[in-house]
Amino acid sequence: MPDPTPLSVVKLKPAERMKIPRQPMPARDAHIRAHEFGEVNLGLPELLAVEEAKRCLECKDRRCVNGCPVQIDIPSFVAALAAGDFPGAARVLFRDNALPGISGRVCPQEKQCESLCIRGKKGEPVAIGYLERFVADWAREHSANYAAAPAERRAEKIAIVGAGPAGLTAAGELARKGYDVTIFEALHEPGGVLVYGIPEFRLPKAIVRQEVDSLKDMGVKIECNVVIGRTYTIADLLNDEGFTAVFIANGAGLPMFLNIPGENFKGVYSANEFLTRVNLMKAYNPDSETPVLRPRQAVVVGGGNVAMDSVRTARRLGADPATLVYRRSRDEMPARLEEVHHAEEEGIVFQLLTNPLEILGDDKGWVRAMKCQRMELGEPDASGRRSPVPIAGSEFEIPCDVVVEAIGTRANPLLTQTTPDLKLDRRGNIIVDESGMTSKPGVFAGGDIVRGAATVILAMGDGKKTAAAMDAWLRARSGATA
Amino acid sequence: MPHRILQADWLAPEVKRFVIEAPHVVRHVGPGQFVIVRVVPDGERIPLTIAHPDRAAGTVTLIVQAVGATTRRFCAMQAGDTVADVCGPLGKPTEIENVGHAVIVGGGVGTAVIFPQAGALKAHGNIVSAIIGGRSKPYVILEKELSEVCDAVYPCTDDGSHGFHGFVTDRLRKLIDDSHSPGQPVKLVLCAGPVPMMRAVAELTRPMGIHTVASLNPIMVDGTGMCGGCRIQVDGKMNFACVDGPEFDAHAVDFRELSDRLTAYRPAEHAARERVSAEPCRISGCVETAASKP
Repeated sequence: MPDPTPLSVVKLKPAERMKIPRQPMPARDAHIRAHEFGEVNLGLPELLAVEEAKRCLECKDRRCVNGCPVQIDIPSFVAALAAGDFPGAARVLFRDNALPGISGRVCPQEKQCESLCIRGKKGEPVAIGYLERFVADWAREHSANYAAAPAERRAEKIAIVGAGPAGLTAAGELARKGYDVTIFEALHEPGGVLVYGIPEFRLPKAIVRQEVDSLKDMGVKIECNVVIGRTYTIADLLNDEGFTAVFIANGAGLPMFLNIPGENFKGVYSANEFLTRVNLMKAYNPDSETPVLRPRQAVVVGGGNVAMDSVRTARRLGADPATLVYRRSRDEMPARLEEVHHAEEEGIVFQLLTNPLEILGDDKGWVRAMKCQRMELGEPDASGRRSPVPIAGSEFEIPCDVVVEAIGTRANPLLTQTTPDLKLDRRGNIIVDESGMTSKPGVFAGGDIVRGAATVILAMGDGKKTAAAMDAWLRARSGATA
Repeated sequence: MPHRILQADWLAPEVKRFVIEAPHVVRHVGPGQFVIVRVVPDGERIPLTIAHPDRAAGTVTLIVQAVGATTRRFCAMQAGDTVADVCGPLGKPTEIENVGHAVIVGGGVGTAVIFPQAGALKAHGNIVSAIIGGRSKPYVILEKELSEVCDAVYPCTDDGSHGFHGFVTDRLRKLIDDSHSPGQPVKLVLCAGPVPMMRAVAELTRPMGIHTVASLNPIMVDGTGMCGGCRIQVDGKMNFACVDGPEFDAHAVDFRELSDRLTAYRPAEHAARERVSAEPCRISGCVETAASKP
């Protein structure tokens, strides 16, 4: 297809750019979407995407790029978009990010690139996230692969543990540098949290599959159902399977529980289990063979994105009300603002400054209610946040038949238990140096297994950064042995 | 990656033995470990104990009882068919040492769990007695295979149609009592089977102070520690059966809670089973549902 005629033959003046208002993201109607799993955000249409791109002031110091964990050349792809050059925009974007359809949807842009946008000093920042998503979707819909072919072939084989955001990103980077890359994934489908955790209505699985497929097109091999630490050890990979370097990106998989009475009643889930049943195992489809308890009234505990995903999933499965219980106030919620807004529109009930005390069950072992207590904000704690303190005599019950605990995850010990020479911190996370290398030479690590539970884009940033460090290490090594 | 079924034969009504190609699974496998199987793409993930790993052949033997939708579909498969995924080995292997006299107790398909333990215990120089139970003679499995490994095998049936007439716990009590005289006191009991059986074994050995280990079978999704669905109270502390187990000190396990949590999806399972039953039945050799265990 010939490239469309550039629209920016007429160069806009900054004042003209400043006049254009930020384009809102079209969304599926809240009353309808609260009962189905279709994607909420519909994406900007072409004309509005170009209009939005024209708002970029193309400033010299490119602060947005510094706010991006994967260092996307934002001004260049936005400029190409403003000029109507969609293939050009795609080439820039895919050069810096192998998974733009994913990050364009789930990145907290308002805290990263967009928070540093100069245009945002007066009025609203350029909607960089919407534009990233637009370009990724345009490329996918036009069946075009904009990933650059490797410049050379490298002899070394690299193993990546875990096909989540960090592992997939590193795989894309290393494949592009010409390495022979194999990802080992414990589950039956690649994607990690992108397929088991984040729901279809926020990140359609077809998008994940397509971006994973484009990695395969680049030569990345993915072996599913292989649990490193059990099926093979790290030593097997290095000594017997011919891998020269390993990148461990197996995530922070183990769910934490509140440790309150009643957590083992039937109907109490970790967010991991609830979301895995619904997303990966497709229990939202009543014909799925994996069952999930369909809540009539659900309570979800937590204030992060996983809590939002869980409570909105519970609502879609039929919970009325679906209630979110969070012990601090709205200002302290770690969830993205957009998710909080979407949840409110869908009728989620927010019980803020509320602390769960106990889960109550009936005589058959099923959940019947959650006993809570009201909190008020006291003095700031070590983190600078005002810590919640209980209000005496404020106990009350919320009737429910399903409880989902979304209070965080910690390091999965499966791999580290069988790799004794990896240094861990006291929480069980792997310790790495600035380059991302662990205490074991040639073995690198990144993402949640190093940071503790964080975000998709920080894991992607680790994947990209560590891939560069691995490349440097391998080149130094081959130079030394040559 | 699809895995070919090399052999399939019925061991008991609704209980089928499969030998499946899974070379990657047997590299580091030990007794007591399990795999997660998806029979068909888009199917459920089900945990199954590795009854016999064959490193040379690169195969695992799995013993499957047709109770739910997925296991019924599995049991309809024949040699030459393929299953979608076999992931493992998962869980911690059984801790095996020389204790003197060890008794392994298997109820129904639980016998598949104790079978590999028998060989490992024997290899460590133990005297190994196996007590295996079933409702009636056809439901007692692996008797011949166990007798090739163990010093003694005691089949038990509820109706007296084969071996000892009574529960495995009754036979275990007798064995412990008898074993005092010839100077081979029972030092270890490993058990696997229905929850009421494991609980009864634990209650029997508790006052005697005999170390007893139960292999638990809670509901799980991923089998790698991720979902927490298999959580179980052991000594009042939360454990995940998939990564901390599946074997635990039977005297510390909260069996009442385990038993209760196993019923969480009973209505859904019933509906799913009805759906599969409505499909044309290919389970040749299967006895009708009236005979199936609850």
